[in-house]
Formats: sequence, structure tokens, C-alpha cells
Amino acid sequence: MKEDLILKVKNLSVQLEGEKILENISFEVKEGEVLTILGPNGAGKTVLLKTLLGIFPYKGEIIWKKDIKIGYVPQRLPFIKNVPMTVEEFFKLKDVSKKETENILKKIGLSEVLEKEVGKLSSGQFQRILIGWALSKDPQVLLFDEPMTGIDIKGEESIYSLLGKLKKERNLTILLVTHDLSVVYKFSDYVICLNRYPICQGKPREILTPEGLEKLYGQEVKFYQHTHQEL
Amino acid sequence: MNQLILSLICGIFIGGTCGYLGNLMLSKRMALVAGPLGHLALPGIALALIYGFDVSLGAFPFVILGIILIWLFEMRTRLPMEALVAIVFASGVAISFLFLPTEEAETALIGDITKVSLKETLITAALCILIFILIKKIYSKMLLINISEDLAKAEKVDVKKYNLLYLFAIAILVALGVKMVGGLLTAALVAIPASTSRNLSRNLFQYNFLSIFFGALSAILGISLFKLTSLPSGPLIILTSTIFFLISLIFKK
Repeated sequence: MKEDLILKVKNLSVQLEGEKILENISFEVKEGEVLTILGPNGAGKTVLLKTLLGIFPYKGEIIWKKDIKIGYVPQRLPFIKNVPMTVEEFFKLKDVSKKETENILKKIGLSEVLEKEVGKLSSGQFQRILIGWALSKDPQVLLFDEPMTGIDIKGEESIYSLLGKLKKERNLTILLVTHDLSVVYKFSDYVICLNRYPICQGKPREILTPEGLEKLYGQEVKFYQHTHQEL
Repeated sequence: MNQLILSLICGIFIGGTCGYLGNLMLSKRMALVAGPLGHLALPGIALALIYGFDVSLGAFPFVILGIILIWLFEMRTRLPMEALVAIVFASGVAISFLFLPTEEAETALIGDITKVSLKETLITAALCILIFILIKKIYSKMLLINISEDLAKAEKVDVKKYNLLYLFAIAILVALGVKMVGGLLTAALVAIPASTSRNLSRNLFQYNFLSIFFGALSAILGISLFKLTSLPSGPLIILTSTIFFLISLIFKK
């Protein structure tokens, strides 16, 4: 693998319970890049992220740079409300010291929640905590799965400016799943449009033309009739 | 040694450790699994009572069998957990009553901790300490798995290994639990103290501490009540636990 590459994916296909979810995906990610995965509901975006994390079996190649540390920000964590746990204790689950937790909370602008119960945070606060949690222990790559609901527009903007800030500070590589085109224009270096198989990929301004978008989202209605909910 | 003291020692160890484990099980909405496991242990308990060996020893292989069964059912079918639980529950009770002598039925169903020997007490205490240490060691990672298996996998946690250790801890504690409260009531031993603690806790430290505390305290009070009233100890322990739970509802955070 070339030196500045963080991730190389070649002919990736994923089949879950007999159903083809992803087919023939190939792309490369360089160090410090922001890669956005774009596509309609049920296109397999979350499955792609989880496959890259090693959660699902696959065919093809996924090659990460050697000894890479990955931070994962899931869409939601519904079961966390079953457990009385402070933010500090949540970070402790992955052996993050109190001092590092305090530093991270400061960075994400939530110093005041250290001893607050995780289940009682607002959805915007909780998402920041998930990002902070993923960033503790200094990963080189962040995999961010954007939630579809629960965050207001104002909150959402600040999440991306936060991500931008953190990326600059740490030379993070970010793989991002989103529905939001404006995020793609502002934030990412490379885009993959996905609807089970790759529709198009390249730099945002080259790809996200009216024709390109029609190709991607024009199929959405058809796909709604055939697919199950996004995993 | 005084029989009451032996019973109390057993009760404190089993009750406390079950409370601790129960709080992990509650986080995955799995607390009820101990129910069918307890019931499935009944044929083993029956054999132990007939042939006069240790009840926990009889229960253990059947609990292991139960864990394998539930695990297989979950993989093989898409039936909800409740349905699987009901099937295993009924089968365990039905099989045991094919050969369980009526005079032993009460001990099998609701347990009896009031006649434990010194040897049994020592073995019980040692096992509880071992399982307690095991739970403490796997607690953080197990809790992460319970919150989100995906997140745990992303953190490179060996989910299969931890699940196996977790099930092993459940198996041992259910086998010990049936001695104290019988096949019918073992689920309550893990579920109630943890639920009480959940109602009162604002953080993990309190949650752990209070789960263990209410587990042990219910056993102490239940066994003491037996001494005073001569009513069966198993139900007294569980009902004491239930009273704490009801009180906790008043103070619920």
C-alpha cells in the first residue's frame, strides 16, 4: 500500500442474511482526508462503515494502514439509558483517565457535564459526548455515522464546525456518513455516492452536479419499495 | 458451628454476588434469563435430592445445558426471547416432576439455605469470591458490549470471549442460587436487587454498591425472619427483596 494511504478498499461486497447489501465498492482514503459516503436511506451506508470496522463479514479487500487506531461514532446508543452512569464513568469504560476526559470535554465544549448522568443529556450533548468518546485515546481515523433525527439544525452546524476544528488539530482522517449535501460541499475532500453499488465517486464539485444527484436520488423512490430499513 | 451463622454466610455471599451480576444482566434486559435457567435446573436439583448430593452440583450441568439451548434457539429462530423462555421454563418444571418425590418438591422449588454444612458454606463462599472477581474484571467491557456490541467491536473488544465468561458466571451463580431460593425464585435473586439499585442510583458506583448491598441485606433479613417465624427461607428472602424494591419506588430518581 502507498505510504500516505490510510485505507484501501477493493471490490468490497457485503451480504447479510442472504441479501446483497453492498456490491463492488472500491476506494482509497489518504491521511488527513475527509471522505463522505452519501446516499438515500437503505443504501447501505451504515453497513459500509460497520464493515470497515470489522463488524460484518465481507468479500473483497479492506486494507487499513498498519496498527491504525479507529474511533467510531455510532448513530445512537439506545441501551445506554438502561444504565445509571456519569459521563466520566462512560469514558472509564475504555480506560480513559479523568484528566484526559476533562481535556476532551473542554475541547467539545461540555466541561460542565463530567458528573452528569449520560441518560439525562440532551441529544445534541449526547452526540458531542459520542464524538469525544471516539476521539479519546487518540485515534488517527474517525468513522462518523450521522444520526437521521434528534439533532436540531443549529446543533448540527456546530457538530461539523467542531469536527473541522478537531480534524485540523489532530490531522484526523474522517469517514463520514451523511444525508446533508451542504456538509459535503463545505467539509469533504472526496465523495462516494452509494446505492448498494457505487453510483459515482470523486471530488465534491465534480460529482455533485444536478445530473450526478439525479442519478443517485432519482432511484430513491424505486429503492424504497424494494428494501428494508437501513441496518 | 452455629447453623444460623453458616446460613447467613451463604446468604450474604450468594445474595451479594447475584445482585452484582444482576446489574449487568439488567443493562442488557436479560435479567429474566436467570428464570428459565433456574427452572431448567430443576431436574438436576431433583436428582441431587433423590441421591443425596449437593443441590448446586446437580443444578450446574442442567444450567449449562439451558444456556446452550437458549443460545441455539436464539440463533435458530426469530422467536422473541419471551417465547423461548416460556418453552424452557415449562419443560424444566415438567421433566423434574416426572420423578421428583413430592416431599422434596418444596426444597427444589423454593430452596432451603437453613441446613447448609460447613463444607458447603466454604465452597459457596469461595465460588462466590471467584465469580465476584471475574465479574469485576469483565464489568467495563461487558457493560460496553451490553450498551452496543458494535461499539465494543470497534474498540477491539473480544465480544465472544467476554460473552462466554459472562454466561459462565451466570451458570455458576444460578446453580448456587437454586440452593438458596430454589428453581422457581432464582430469577428474582438477580433481578430485584439490581432493579432496586437502578431506582436509587445516579452513577455506576452507586449502582454496583447498592445492587450488592440489597442482595446481601435481603438474604440476611430473610434468613433472620425464618429463624423467628419458621416460614420457608427462600420466599422470605425474595419477599424482603421485593419490599426494598417497593420502597425504592418512592425514592426513585
